[in-house]
Amino acid sequence: MIKVEGVEKSFDGRKVLKGVSFRVKRGEIFGYLGPNGAGKTTTVRILTGLIKPDSGRVFVRGFDVVKNPVKVRERIGVLPEVANVYPDLTAWQNLMLACGLYGIDKRVAEGRCERLLKEFGIYERRNSKVKTFSKGMKQRLMFCIAMVCEPEIVFLDEPTSGLDVASARMLRRKVLELKDTGVTVFLTSHNMDEVDMLCDRVAIIKDGRIIAEDSPDGIKELVGGDIAVEVRFDRDVDFFGERFGDRYVLYTKDPNETICSIVEFAKERGVRILSINTRTPSLEEAFIKILGGEV
Amino acid sequence: MKVLAIVKKDILIYYSKGPVVIFGILLPIFLFLAFWVGRNLPLNFLMAGLIAMTVFFASTSVSPAIAPWEGQMRTLERLLTYPIDVKTIVLGDVLASTIFGIVLSLVPILIALALNLSMNVILVVGIILSAVCFSSLGLLFSAYPSNIPATVMMISALVRFPLIFVSGIFIPIDQLPPLGQYIALLSPLTYFTDIARFSLGLKPFLPLSIDFTVLTLYTIALLYTSIKLHERALIKRI
Repeated sequence: MIKVEGVEKSFDGRKVLKGVSFRVKRGEIFGYLGPNGAGKTTTVRILTGLIKPDSGRVFVRGFDVVKNPVKVRERIGVLPEVANVYPDLTAWQNLMLACGLYGIDKRVAEGRCERLLKEFGIYERRNSKVKTFSKGMKQRLMFCIAMVCEPEIVFLDEPTSGLDVASARMLRRKVLELKDTGVTVFLTSHNMDEVDMLCDRVAIIKDGRIIAEDSPDGIKELVGGDIAVEVRFDRDVDFFGERFGDRYVLYTKDPNETICSIVEFAKERGVRILSINTRTPSLEEAFIKILGGEV
Repeated sequence: MKVLAIVKKDILIYYSKGPVVIFGILLPIFLFLAFWVGRNLPLNFLMAGLIAMTVFFASTSVSPAIAPWEGQMRTLERLLTYPIDVKTIVLGDVLASTIFGIVLSLVPILIALALNLSMNVILVVGIILSAVCFSSLGLLFSAYPSNIPATVMMISALVRFPLIFVSGIFIPIDQLPPLGQYIALLSPLTYFTDIARFSLGLKPFLPLSIDFTVLTLYTIALLYTSIKLHERALIKRI
């Protein structure tokens, strides 16, 4: 559904993308990760035909994005990170405007808008101006707008950023429902748990280059497959693990020996262990290690 | 159909606001009064000027601010992700502005009718053509890729106000010095003012065929240039 080959892009002499290549298959949820300024939003803007690459080729739905940007946008839904809906229009007017710009027949549009607003729980507020909406409601409306053309591909740029738990969960559920209906999802997010939960494959971009591409589990294995041991003590101690709140985390290839050492340490110092558990490293930990150049 | 969606959006968000409508009517009326008071000019001469000024100010009042405002409000990127090209956006903005110019021109026309002035129907054609022309000019002001509406409105004011003084609205062109007459011929507003004068029973400065031809050429040139410049500028706004 998406094919990107050797894309380069510069702004004011600064190279933002340096030969980016990847493919996204039909019905896949593809996570596109990277730190701020890595080139994620630039990639999304190129994929949606907003800006042209300096070199390289980009195909979406089989169309060359540079030659046919309007054709590409006919069946894609976009939820841009920084874009906004019209605050002086009502939710209904914003959605109907979107339908008009997709060229959807008015009667079909009305039925679709009603269904989407009900699905996303904002139908009761359809006649309220968007400037009175909370961030979560606005994002739900943006999601409705992205869905209004019944897209084959959806681009979601930080879809749950800044949302309350309920709204974020709802949008994640909707993303999974999209996958069930065969829609391809291109997702950028800083929320690694979300990416781990939703994505089939992930690409990590750093300084304009793709530095890793695999399934979330594959990415975790890339960092060595260490086991994380988490421990909590009954008081502050001078411990050698990484500290997260009241927990210490150690990464090890031999959890048995590490746990024995921790127990020994606790006995020596006279502290009580409140909890101890093991887990595989999270995607966030793998992401940090990859970005830190440890792979 | 997509152009009409842009038109509807513009009318709902920008043109149907009370202050915009009131300002669009009051500004030309106050300018008109400022020049009318104490001067012994025929009423049909003054009304033709008021009609020209109203169409000109109304058609160029809001259109320059739309692109920078949408860039600033972050609605432009959302708009550009729809399956539309820049030409559709510019045509929609021009059409919305044209409708606003035509609707507001009814105010001085009704005043003229109330004053028992007779008008030629050719005025209607002139208003429609000039409203498209001036709206395209308005869009041209916003081709400068700034997302600060005040910057664009300043550029707009720098062009709009001098134009009304050199276009024969307050002083008949044949009474201007030769240099002034040459400058007047550079302004598209001159040709519509001339059409309005003819429509209200006055002798035009130029043959009507020239007025319409030049106004049409200006419209095509301004619209084409606006589209081309916005194709470059819009993406710099996001």
